[in-house]
Formats: sequence, structure tokens, C-alpha cells
Amino acid sequence: MIEVFIFATLNGLVTGLLLFMLASGLTLIFSMMGVLNFAHASFYMLGAYFAYSISLQFGYWTGLIFAPLIVGVLGAVIERYGLRKVHQSGHVAELVFTFGLAFLIEEAVQFFWGPDTKGYQTPELLNFPLFTLFGQEFSAYRGFMIAISISIFMGLYYVLTRSRIGIIIQAAITHPNTVANLGHNVPMIFMCVFGVGTALAGLAGVIAGPVLTTFPGMAAVLGSIVFVIVVIGGLGSLAGAFIASLLIGLLQSYAIASDLGMPDLLNLLGVEFERSHPLHDLWTITLPQIAPVLPFLLLVLVLIFRPTGLMGKREQ
Amino acid sequence: MRIFRIPMSLNYTLLTVLLSITSYTNAQEPIRIAFIDPLSGTFASIGSNGLRQLEFAAEYYFNSKGGVLGGREIEIVPLDNQQSPTETQVQFRRAISEDIRIIFQGNSSAVANTLNDAITRHNRRNPGAEILQINYSAVDPVLTNENCSFWHFRFDAHVNMKLDVLTDYIALNDDIESLYIIGQDYSFGHVVSETTIDLLAKKRPDIEIVGNEFHPIGQVKDFTPYVTKIGSSGADAVLTGNFGADMVSLARSIMDSGLEMPIYTFYAAYDGITATLGEDGIDQIYLVHNEISNPIPTEERKEFIRAYKAESPNSDVTQPRIINALRMVVAAIEESQSADPYDIALALEDMRFTNFSGEEIWMRADDHQAFQSLHISVHTDQGIEFDADNSGLGLYSEYHVAAEDTIVETSCRMRRPRR
Repeated sequence: MIEVFIFATLNGLVTGLLLFMLASGLTLIFSMMGVLNFAHASFYMLGAYFAYSISLQFGYWTGLIFAPLIVGVLGAVIERYGLRKVHQSGHVAELVFTFGLAFLIEEAVQFFWGPDTKGYQTPELLNFPLFTLFGQEFSAYRGFMIAISISIFMGLYYVLTRSRIGIIIQAAITHPNTVANLGHNVPMIFMCVFGVGTALAGLAGVIAGPVLTTFPGMAAVLGSIVFVIVVIGGLGSLAGAFIASLLIGLLQSYAIASDLGMPDLLNLLGVEFERSHPLHDLWTITLPQIAPVLPFLLLVLVLIFRPTGLMGKREQ
Repeated sequence: MRIFRIPMSLNYTLLTVLLSITSYTNAQEPIRIAFIDPLSGTFASIGSNGLRQLEFAAEYYFNSKGGVLGGREIEIVPLDNQQSPTETQVQFRRAISEDIRIIFQGNSSAVANTLNDAITRHNRRNPGAEILQINYSAVDPVLTNENCSFWHFRFDAHVNMKLDVLTDYIALNDDIESLYIIGQDYSFGHVVSETTIDLLAKKRPDIEIVGNEFHPIGQVKDFTPYVTKIGSSGADAVLTGNFGADMVSLARSIMDSGLEMPIYTFYAAYDGITATLGEDGIDQIYLVHNEISNPIPTEERKEFIRAYKAESPNSDVTQPRIINALRMVVAAIEESQSADPYDIALALEDMRFTNFSGEEIWMRADDHQAFQSLHISVHTDQGIEFDADNSGLGLYSEYHVAAEDTIVETSCRMRRPRR
């Protein structure tokens, strides 16, 4: 039992930290521009595909560096020439724009890379088990994923709270006009933040591509969950996103590892149902079976009991 | 007498125009076949590869050789249903409005069942304008049992037939003392798990089922937590009906966790899957399927594959059953000298057809289920003349079951329309 617990924790950590890399960019962009970027997970997918193509020519490590850069530049360009123009028409137009962008990117990926799954592989260098516990291996690549995600979190936290750039960004979020009056180019800051946010999503794609498989549906699988995290954590809160990511990663992982289900609950209550009962399916549901939808349940609960999210500030 | 006053020249012109129209339609009107399968969305990969093979086979076997019924070409009309039953209804209406009488479909039994219902209803209400359903891949047993229809023909072995072979193969392996079943949480996944448990209880009662897990289809980001459970359950082998991304992710997670155990599957090859599983999966992944893989038995099939690869180098001949289905339908058209679904259906019944692998396929008249030999292949790089995904890896067929040994009983009580 203990080995299941340890591995479930590790797996939850890997998933949670990966989700955080996506959520951090999304929440940063939201707090700045007040727009939910529906295409955010699509940039994650683009990161994986760019890295795959680069890795075929120059190896994994080149892809790790250049793919997020390309995605970031692409994101900045889209902000400068797309989103900024649409911004004048209000938030709804922005939402619809990013929504359409998500479809566009998915179709473009299918057009250029085809609908097949891509054989994007982990680098040779990390192709060994980091440690073996109770007969199961924990691959070095997963350790590498954890290391990258944590260093990104610390770096981001440091830049936003301790550096001069961070102060300007934070000021631009709350008082854009004052910051502009002080001589800072606020639209430029917005563009950079959008670029960095999408680059982070791209980086997440680069490191997740080899283990979670690179295919055109990968954005859709992750897309909805990232929104759940951002809302649970509190829109615009980086620390909230971090906590919510880990929470959801661990929650899913533990739910899958557990063997609990409705039958156990019913046994506890001393209730029994016939196989022919119309709700038989409901009474036999197990926790692992519904694990991937648990975050959505959590979302509903958070929205009911704490609509601002875990760390969100109440809107003025 | 007035009628003779019309100038003879005009009369002749009218006559020749009319004649030329009729002769034109007789000689040139193509036989149109609708291909209703996912061509966009998550499952686009399988659908579009199937379409490419069907179009190629039509060109290779018929259109380039003067067509069917003395010069009629076969035209494949792709209709995208995104693997959704709702969208399938829309595309079915469209096929009807375009006067297409033959429909090819294979992906998802939910779609096949929807189509089966819609076609049965349509055919009952529109005698003389019936539609024929050619199912090349949907494997839900009910389609040739409880819900069988005169207008439906299946060219793939259904789940129970395949699982019979797969459990035979597992039963032969004395090293396996425990099995973990994991599958997608929908009808197919449940049928796989229930049937496997039933069959193994008869064949190898000593094998313990240490896990029977379902996960939502297409929702799982990372299979590692499931694999942790598989590992700690002490299972000697895994059996799954997963397809697409769920298949790849599961297998990759098992390999990344360093678990050395055979994985028995239905769909773990081609469309990028073979390349993604890569060298780590060698001798670990097994598939049950019809139509033998490497070594390819006949020169005819080798030539077909080479011709196909010459045209689409990044694609493979992944579903020979599509080609078999098309060739058998055309054989029925030629035999009955008619492209009418009723005549085709009658000619298909009890047909015995030799395919490009040199083996005989029998279409049973009782339930319209095709029977041919079934095979279990392993994912390997040894003895692979024709690889998958240009990866150097491919399927090598290790275990064979002759067609007559795959025959199962049917509960079908077919209602045959009269004419």
C-alpha cells in the first residue's frame, strides 16, 4: 500500500507541476488583460509539435530551448496584430477571438503535421530509471520534469515579486494609466507578458510531449482542466494557480490509486441494491472510474462556496 | 396528321440528344460509395487513412482497369461524421439526398449501431431505394446478433471472435498467472472486460484477474497513476481494448515505468502508434487482428503495398479489410450485373472470395458476418519486410487461427425483405 501512496504522490506532483506551467501563463495573461485565453492549451500543443520537428533535426535539447521561443514569439505576434485590434471591441470579442484561434491552431497542426500520433521521444541522456522502488521505476525524465517546473515557478515568483520588471508588471495590472504616465509602454508590457505566458505553455508542451504523447487532440485534453485550475486558484493569482495545480494533480492521482467506490460507501451505510435496480450503474461507480472528472466537481464546489477561488481577491 | 408537320430535322436532333444522354449515363455514370467516418477531430487519423486506402483500392483494382459493369467508375464520396452518432445522422441524410446507395463505415460501434437503425428504418419506408451498410471495422457483437439486418454486412471479426483467439493465446502462456484488464469506460471496453473474464474462467481458471479498471474515454492525460496500480497488483500481463491516444499513452506509461509484461491489445499499431511505442515496446505489445501481417504471404499483396507506398509514402496499408470489403462488393455487383443494394446483398450472401493474401473469406448468409483467419502479431523489428510508420518496426504474426476455427454461433433471426 505504501508504494502505491508514494508513487501516487510523485505522479500527482508531476501532473500538478505540468498543469501549473500552463496555468501560470494563463492566469498572468488574465490578470493583465482581463481576457481568458481559450487558445492557451493550443500553444502548449504547438510547443510539443515544434519541439518534435526540431528534435528530428537537431536533437531534443535544441528543441527544449528553441520551441518555447518560437511559440513565445508567435504568441507575441498574435497579441500585437490580433488581440490588440480586437481588444477595442470589448471582452466578448476577445473571448471569441481566442476561441476561434484554438480551432485554427488545431486545424493548422493537422494540416502541417497530419492527424497521426508523433513519435516524439525522451532524450537518450535521461533514458534511465532515477530510482526503483518496490519493483517500479521512476524515470529520470519525470524527475527532470519536476525540476524544470519548480525552477520555472521559483524564477517566475522571483521576477514578479523581487525585480524591477515585476514591479512594473504588477503596477500595470492594477494601474495601467499611471504606469503609462510614468513613461512605460504599457501595450508593450502586455505583449511581452502574453509572449512569456505562451512561451511557458510551449515549454510545458515540449517537456510533456514525449510522455503524454504528441497528437492533435492533446490541447483539448488539457485545455478544460487548465481553466478549472485558474478558477479554483482564483483568477489572476499565481500562488493560487500553484496550489490548485498541485491539488488537482494529487487529487486525481490519489483517486485513481484508491480502490474505493460507491459499493464501499453503501456497505458502510448497510444499504444494498439489486443488480436490476434502474440506478445500478450509479451504485457501482468507483473512484478511479471518475477520477478524471473530479476536478470539475471541485470546480462546482469552489464556485458555490468560494466564488473568488482559493486565493482570489474579491472584485471591487 | 399534324404531328408530321414538325420538321424532320428537329425530330432527329431531339432523338439524337435523348439517345446520347441515355447512352452517356449508361456508360459513364459512376457507382458512388459514401465513406462516413471521422475525417476531422480527435479520431481523424484513423478515418482519413481508411479513406486513402479505400480510394486507392478503387483506383488500383477497378477504375484503372476500365471500371465496373462495363465501364462504370467507382467514386468514393467522403462524408465526415467526426465519429459522432448525431453528425452521422446528418451525413446519412446527405448521402440519401445525393442518391448514394452504398455506405462504408467502420469507426465506433456507437456510430455503426446508429447507422444500422437509420438504414433499417429508411429501407422499410423506401422500398426500391434501399441503402447498403458495409461495416469494415465496428466490432460490437450485436450488429450480427440481436440487431442484425439484411442491409448490414461486417467484414471484421467481432469482439467475441477476437477475444476467443486472444484468450487462447494467453492460456498457452504458462508464465501468466494473473491478468490486469483496463479499458475505456463505454460499451466496447465493458464487452472486452466481461468476455475476457468469462472466457479465461473456462480456459485457464487458475489465472487471477487482479484488476478490472475503466477510465473515461479520451480524458486521461497521464496513465502513470493507473500503471502504478498495475505494477503493485503484481499482474503478469495487461489486456486492453483501448485505441488511439488512450492506447499509446497507456503502453508508453507501462514501458516508462519499467514494467516488463506482455500487453495484449486490439489496436496498438499504425497511424503513428508503432513509431511512438518505438523500440521500447519490442516483444511486449501483442495485437489480435484479421489479415496476416509480416511475413506477407503473396506477391499480389506485396505489389499492392508497394504501389500504395509509392503514392502515399507516409501512410501504410493498415486496414486490408476495407480493401476486401470493396472487392467483395464489386464482385457482388459483377455477379448480379446490378448496382442495386438488394441484388448486391443477395450476391454477397454466402460469397467465398479469395483476397490479396491468397486466403478465402466467407460471408455467412445467416447474420452477414465475414469469416477469415485471425492472427496474433507482436510489435518487433525482426523479420519485418513491411514496417509501420516508416519506423523499421512492425507487426510479425506469430499465432494463427484458421477461418473455420473462428466461426461462432449467432442469435441473429434475419428479416429478409421480399421483392
